Amino acid sequence: MEIFLILLLICAFFCLYRVGAGPTPPDRTVAIDILGILMVGFCAILSLFTGKDLYMNVAISWALLAFIGTTALAKYLEGRTFDE
Amino acid sequence: MSDLVIIFLSLGVFFNLAGCIGLIRFPDIYNRLQASTKCVTLGTILILVAIVIHFGWNSISIKAIFCTIFILLTAPAAAHAISRGSHRAGFPLWEGSIMDRYRDDFPQKPIE
Repeated sequence: MEIFLILLLICAFFCLYRVGAGPTPPDRTVAIDILGILMVGFCAILSLFTGKDLYMNVAISWALLAFIGTTALAKYLEGRTFDE
Repeated sequence: MSDLVIIFLSLGVFFNLAGCIGLIRFPDIYNRLQASTKCVTLGTILILVAIVIHFGWNSISIKAIFCTIFILLTAPAAAHAISRGSHRAGFPLWEGSIMDRYRDDFPQKPIE
């Protein structure tokens, strides 16, 4: 059963490669967004294996924070400022 | 753990892996966006559906349903915000792209 967790960790390392080697700033933003959604799935599989309630709380709060961070970074990309 | 849960988990992890390979392999920001965002959203939703099937009516599955609805609402909005922002900021398309309809309405300013 650990094969699912190992495959999701390989996906996370792909995303970290794109964060490090992305040639433009939107590539890094996309990779951070995808990493957030991947970690939601990772915490969900941990909650499935252990049967504990805690990891789903982590997943919900990680999804919220990933969305807020992605929106702020996209706004920064569009106007280069936070004024409007 | 039943066979249906294993099938849903395998499908979800497969879609996640396909989306991340697309994030590595594709040449352009817009191609990477359309490859990775849809695949990873579908894969994570399949994993959460497997949790709902496995636990039945439980506090964990209620939180998984909330998480599914939230990801379905917010992941397309975040992807659209990234593509709109990067196009308006002037990041160029791949040189093999043949059409850009959005440029007719909002001309790209050159990146400094």
